[in-house]
Parts: sequence; structure tokens; C-alpha cells
Amino acid sequence: MTTILETGQLTAADFKGKVDPDWCPGCGDFGVLSSLQKVLAEMNILPHNVVTISGIGCSSNLPGFINTYGMHTLHGRALAVATGVKMANHSLHVVVTGGDGDGFGIGGNHFIHTMRRNVDLLYVAMDNQIYGLTTGQTSPTSRKGMKTKSMPYGNVEEPINPISLALAAGATFVARGFSAEPKHLMDLMRQGMDHKGFSFIDVFSPCVTYNHDNTYAWFKERVKRLEDDPSYDSSDWHEAMKRALLWGDEIPIGKFFQRTDLPSLDQAEPVLNNGAPLAHRELRIAPEVVRDFVAELM
Amino acid sequence: MDSTFSVAIGGAAGQGVATPGDIFSKIFARRGLHINAYNAYQSIIRGGHTFLTIRAGIKEVTCFGDRIDLLIPLNQDTIGRHLALMKSGSAIVYNGDIIKPGSRPEGVQLCPLPVNKLSKGSRSKVEQNTLALAASLNMMGVSFQALEEVLTEQFKRKGDKVVAENIGIARAGYEYAAASFTPFSDPLPRGETRYAVLSGNIALAMGGAAAGVKFYCAYPMSPSTGVLHWMAAHARDAGIMVRQVEDEIGVINMAIGAAHAGVRAMCATSGGGFALMTEGLGMSAMMETPVVVIDVQRAGPSTGVPTKTEQGDLWQMLGAGFGDFPRLIAAPEDILDCFKLVPEMHNLADRFQCPGIILGDLLLSEGRSSVDPKQLSFETEIDRGELIVSAAPTNGSHGYKRYQITESGVSPRAIPGVPGHTHTAATDEHDEDGVLISDEFTNPRKRRAMMEKRQRKIAGIEAAVQPPILIGKATADVTLIGWGSTKGVIQEAVEILNEEGIAANQLQIRWLAPLHGEVIVETLRSSKYTIIVENNFSGQFARYLRSETSYAPDGHIRKYDGEPFMPHHIVEAVREQLAGKTKLSVPMHEIMV
Repeated sequence: MTTILETGQLTAADFKGKVDPDWCPGCGDFGVLSSLQKVLAEMNILPHNVVTISGIGCSSNLPGFINTYGMHTLHGRALAVATGVKMANHSLHVVVTGGDGDGFGIGGNHFIHTMRRNVDLLYVAMDNQIYGLTTGQTSPTSRKGMKTKSMPYGNVEEPINPISLALAAGATFVARGFSAEPKHLMDLMRQGMDHKGFSFIDVFSPCVTYNHDNTYAWFKERVKRLEDDPSYDSSDWHEAMKRALLWGDEIPIGKFFQRTDLPSLDQAEPVLNNGAPLAHRELRIAPEVVRDFVAELM
Repeated sequence: MDSTFSVAIGGAAGQGVATPGDIFSKIFARRGLHINAYNAYQSIIRGGHTFLTIRAGIKEVTCFGDRIDLLIPLNQDTIGRHLALMKSGSAIVYNGDIIKPGSRPEGVQLCPLPVNKLSKGSRSKVEQNTLALAASLNMMGVSFQALEEVLTEQFKRKGDKVVAENIGIARAGYEYAAASFTPFSDPLPRGETRYAVLSGNIALAMGGAAAGVKFYCAYPMSPSTGVLHWMAAHARDAGIMVRQVEDEIGVINMAIGAAHAGVRAMCATSGGGFALMTEGLGMSAMMETPVVVIDVQRAGPSTGVPTKTEQGDLWQMLGAGFGDFPRLIAAPEDILDCFKLVPEMHNLADRFQCPGIILGDLLLSEGRSSVDPKQLSFETEIDRGELIVSAAPTNGSHGYKRYQITESGVSPRAIPGVPGHTHTAATDEHDEDGVLISDEFTNPRKRRAMMEKRQRKIAGIEAAVQPPILIGKATADVTLIGWGSTKGVIQEAVEILNEEGIAANQLQIRWLAPLHGEVIVETLRSSKYTIIVENNFSGQFARYLRSETSYAPDGHIRKYDGEPFMPHHIVEAVREQLAGKTKLSVPMHEIMV
């Protein structure tokens, strides 16, 4: 491995993991991984200052394929774990990766609450509208009518819209990318990393093995960048909500919404104000404080 | 008759049982008396029946005892429930305007207070409580000054007027009692030390602060919520981040995240919340990230009786999480032990990089006890084990292996942010360097090696934890075996039995994992008759001991009505078992609370 002493000399290769991804050839997740590696290198963030955290699923194997500190946690729990990591050491860059089942199904509760808490992290959901690692079942984002092994006669339920959900839950940075448009995705990731607060990027990341509905070709015909519309104002929440609800022949990608007026959780929490990260603080409590604690009981 | 004095206050929730209770506790503890208090209450915010017993004595008071010397009923309902159980020589102090005691047991002094007359002009809604409190203290031979001091502190935030008003009412009650009631024959004794009074929940929280916990999170759940309340109230002074999380799944995952990043992290819940945490417990074991979880038991199953005590979660603790992994489980034996066990558990969890479970119960968590303030030392040992928190910023990788196979099973743990030590911690089985061996690199030999590495920690844990020691004489007619919170009540039962001429001793189990089964069996070998005493239906500890050692005791005493044991329950059960009447005693709780 190359010597990493200073920032300013990093390349994507410095973020190459110990092993190569074992995703199916053609999987959308490759594009997400390489975009993330490039962005971290470009931004000169040292690998040991990044923690990449995932849940369980195909896309959640990502931390094993990137050279940062990694946590490959439980199905659906990555955001809760990530919140703990960020609170214990707010000097770290926290990136959470996972899939639609992990984040919007089993992890739906944590997804909502992490957004309302505005935890300062980048959450990249690789959304393939299917459960891949369990060999092809309906996911929370599978379209109505889609036939899978778990709904062989077609899905009768309405899918979740991750973008409108994120907007409703109070996320302060909401975007959608497409793994086949890596430059655009990298730009969103860069902005997300820079955003002080919860940054959510829902990335269309096609499953070439189990999802024959939402293919690369299907998305390519439909996706349209918000950035190409000069009139679009991503600080307007109501406009963002309108665009979020668009789904059909035209599906917007890009930055839907960003607000920078809300403090992130680490900024809002007085215990962290003007102090070193908790992980590096003195464990002992000052004797005069302890005396007060005991005096209350007397 | 023992030399303690018990006062009980009963009434509906919302009638203000807690405040006079706190004032009594404070006055007793400042007088140098030990106290033990237990509040029997219900899952209701207003109404129902709450019954607080505070027992004071010059020697350590290990449980709330069998007898009530002074009863303060705040409503008629309390009379109906408790008067018939009062013994000769006791007294009841009550609002004579509204409460009609009816027939009473012989020798019980009735002390009605003309509340309307005495509190004329008062705006206080709880004047009857203050009057009864003051009258009672007079009968116990406590000076008015002691009460005045505590009332002043209690109400000073509300201003001088409120203080003066309360002291005025108190004085009326105190003087009325002096003129109208017969004082107790022995005035309350006085001791040398001023004691602190605290609940088990506060002790657990303070134990965490003393252990250097920097991250605490929880979802409110009775009877563990007091830990969250203390932590939240003191977080800013103590430099602890406290978070209320969306559910207990989030709680344990957040705590593990924080622990992984390098802090000491802790969370507390009760059985239902713990059930949600079990997958996370396995994650702690697999990632080898220490976390300390407090389970404060309440009566189950399911929602059960949220405000009642039980020792019914032992098997949940033993079996929580699938697969095999080392875990630490200990049950604090009293309220002071709640404080002492927490740092001990953190040290072991850090050293052995595994989950640590503290198995408390409502009896301790919401009970109160006096403690010598010197015992609440924050200078306790802190041992973080093999933790790498910094390294020279040399190069990308030294070939650091997070899960290096070692003889002890413990591998040095680098926290995120340390240069040269990047690795991935996974819940999937992994190799020494963190690479998954659950998919394309599957390897039965590596899997076996990693399993054995983790399990090897158990030998180290066993050596690090003290086995239980017999309390009392080496040989006895009967040995009472308990675990956790029953220590105090069994201790008193043993004293009574010995006074009655039945030679008894006690073996109290604090560490459940590791159990030290061989030591336990060896200790019990010389006992003539052994009885396991526990607050559950199926004899969870007895079944556990048998599964680990094949040992079965001669008899069992169990209770699963939601209320804790009282000493006489155990004494009477021992008598009937030694008389050969039964091998399983289930004492009836006489008090309707």
C-alpha cells in the first residue's frame, strides 16, 4: 500500500479495499463504489478518518471493498450504529451505504429518526428495487405490479418514495443519483460530504440479475437532471416535494433539496461544544463535579 | 424483635406519597441511621394504591422487613388494605376529618389529626401529608429542627412564603402530636455517619459515570427509566452524551457504534426492550466491540406487570442472541453494589471485548438505601484492555490484524481515526484481517479458528471474576442460595433462623456468567439441606445451575406475585421444608399492594 502522510496526494487507489467486490458483473453498485472512492480521494480525506458503515445486503458489502475504517453491521441498523460513531467521535467522516430493503424496509424507523436528528453523515442508498442477496423478492421500492419470487402474482402494494419520505422527515440534503452517470453522482457525493448535516442520496443502482423491470436502459430513457433546469431552486422545499413525486416517463435525478440553516446533531449537542471528540476525552469526572453529585443524595 | 423502625405511607398515585417519603429518608440518613425503602406501586399516574415502606436502623438495613411501626394512610383505601396487618405497639397517623379507621387490631394507637382545623388558611393541597409527617416525627422523638431543615431545602425554590407556610403547618402537626398522642417507647436512635440515600437506578447511572461512560442511550421503560433520568439531568456536568432513541434496537446499535468509535457506552432497559436488543448483543460479540447493557427486570412475560419486581429474565440473558459467544452477566446484590458493579463490568467488557449484562430488578432499581458517601468513590479502577487509540501517522498499513488469533482470544482493538489500522469490523464471520469468510472466501478451518479464538476468552473471564463465597458458618442445617437482589432479605431470614436455633448460612450468587459452577457445588457439599430462593415461577437459577453442574438443591422457595420476598416468607418456608412438609414453598404475599 502506498504511503499516506499528507493530504493532497491521494488517489482512488488509496481507497481500494483488501478484496475486490464480489457483486454480479454489471451490478450498479460498482459505479457507486468507484464514485465514492474517487470523491474521497479528490476531497483529500485520509482513509483512517473515514468510517464506512453498512447494514446487510449486496450493497452493504461495500465497506469490505473500500480502504477506510469499516463496519458491516446488522440488517437495517447501519444508521443507528453510524449515529453512535459520529457522536463518539465527531471529527470522523461517516459514510453509510446500503440498499433499499436495508434502509427503507427493516431499517425504516432509524432512517426517519436519523433524518430528523440531522446527524452529520452521508447516506448513500443503492436502490435496485429488489432484494438481491436473498435471490429476488419484492422490496419497499419495487413498483406496484412487479412480479418477484415473494409476490409471483405481482406486487399489490404501493412502493415507498424515498425522496418524498426524506423531505417529509426533515432531511437537510436530499438527492438522487444514477450509478450509470458517475460524474453526476460524484458531484452529488461531493456536495453531500460537504453538507454539515444528514445528506441522503438515493442512487438507482440496477440489479442485473433479479430486476428485469428497472434496467439500465429503463432508467436511461427516463432520468432527467434537475441541474439541467436553470429555474429549479433546491432551497425550495415545496418545489422539491413536487419534483419528488414525479415518477413515470420522466424521473428527476440530482439535488432535490438542501438547507443549511439547521445545526447538525453534534453542533446542537452542548456536551460536544468546544470539546475534543468524546472518544479522546479524559474518562474521569472532575472531583468538584463528583462532590456535587454525591451532595445531592445527602 | 429487631431494633429497626418502619414507617409506611399509603395512598393513591398523585396524592404525594413520594415527598414525605423522601423527607423521612433524608431525616433518618442525616441522623446517622441506615435505611431501606421499597415502594409498591401500580402502572397508573393518578389513583390506584401506592405503598411506600421506609425502614431505619442503626445497623445496616438490608430489606424493608416484616413489620410496620407507623402507618400514614392518605386515604380510606389504605386503611382497608393495611390496618388489619398492624401489630400491637404500632400507630397510625391520619386525617381524622376524612378517614374512619373502624375496628383495629389490639394495641394499635389511632392518631387522628384534625387537618382542617390545624391547617386553617393554608393553600397547600398536601397539608395532611405535612401534618402527618410532623406528627410522626414527634412520636419518634425526632427534633422539629431536623424537619425544619429539610422542609426549608425542599421548598426553598418556591420562595420564602411557601417555606414559611409549610413550616407553619408542620409545627402545628408536631405540637398537636406532642399534646395528643403517645410517643413510641424508644425514640429513634442516632448514629455517627451522615448517609447518602439513593435508588438502584441512580446507583447504576452514577456507576456508569464513575466508570467513564461517555455515551448513554435508552428508550424509556419502567423500571429502568431512572437511569436515563439521572444521566440526562447530569449529562452536561459529567460530559456524557445522553440520547433518547426511537426504540431499543436503535439503542443497542447506537451504543455499539459509540463504543466502536472508542468511548465507554452503556444503555439500560427492561425485559421487553432487552428482547429487541438481542440481535445487537450478538453484533457486539461478533465485532468484539464491548457494550454494557443493564436489564432491570420486571414481572413478565410480555408487558407483564410493569411496576412489579421479578427475577424472570435470567434465561433471556443466557440465551439472548443466536450462536455461541462469550458474554458477561452479573446481578447486583444491593443498591451500593449497583454502583460498584458497573465499573467492574465495563473493565471486563473492555478487557474481553464482549457484551456485559447487568441484571438488576425493580426491587433494587426503584428501592432506596442508605450508603456511606465514602463508598460512592469515582476513583475506581479503569482498565480499558488492549485498546489502540493513537499511532504515528506513518503509512497506510502495518499489516494490522484486528482479529489476530491470540492465545487469550483477545486481539488489540484499534479505534477509527488511528492511522495505519484501517479495517472492517463485520457481523459476518471474518478472517483475522476482517475480510469476510461468509461468502467467496468461505473456509471451514478459518471459521473454526475464529470461533475458538472468541470462545477462548471465557477462560480469561473465569479467572478474572471472583467466585461466590459462603456467608456465615461453614456448616449449617440449611443453606439458602439466592442470586442478585435477594441478598438482603435472605441475610435477614438467616439471622432470624439462627436466633430461632436453626443453623443457617447463605450463598449469594453475583456472577451468573461466568458461573463458577464447580465452586458452587463444592461449597454446597457440606450443607445438610440446600434451598434455592428466587423471585420467579420456574426456578430459573435452579435450572441453570443444574444445566451447568447437574446439581439439584433439596428445596426451592419461589415467589412470582410481583412483590419481593419479606424475611418471614423465607423463614416460614424453611421451617416447613425442614419439617418435611414440602420441597417447594411459594409464600403468599399478605399485603394487598
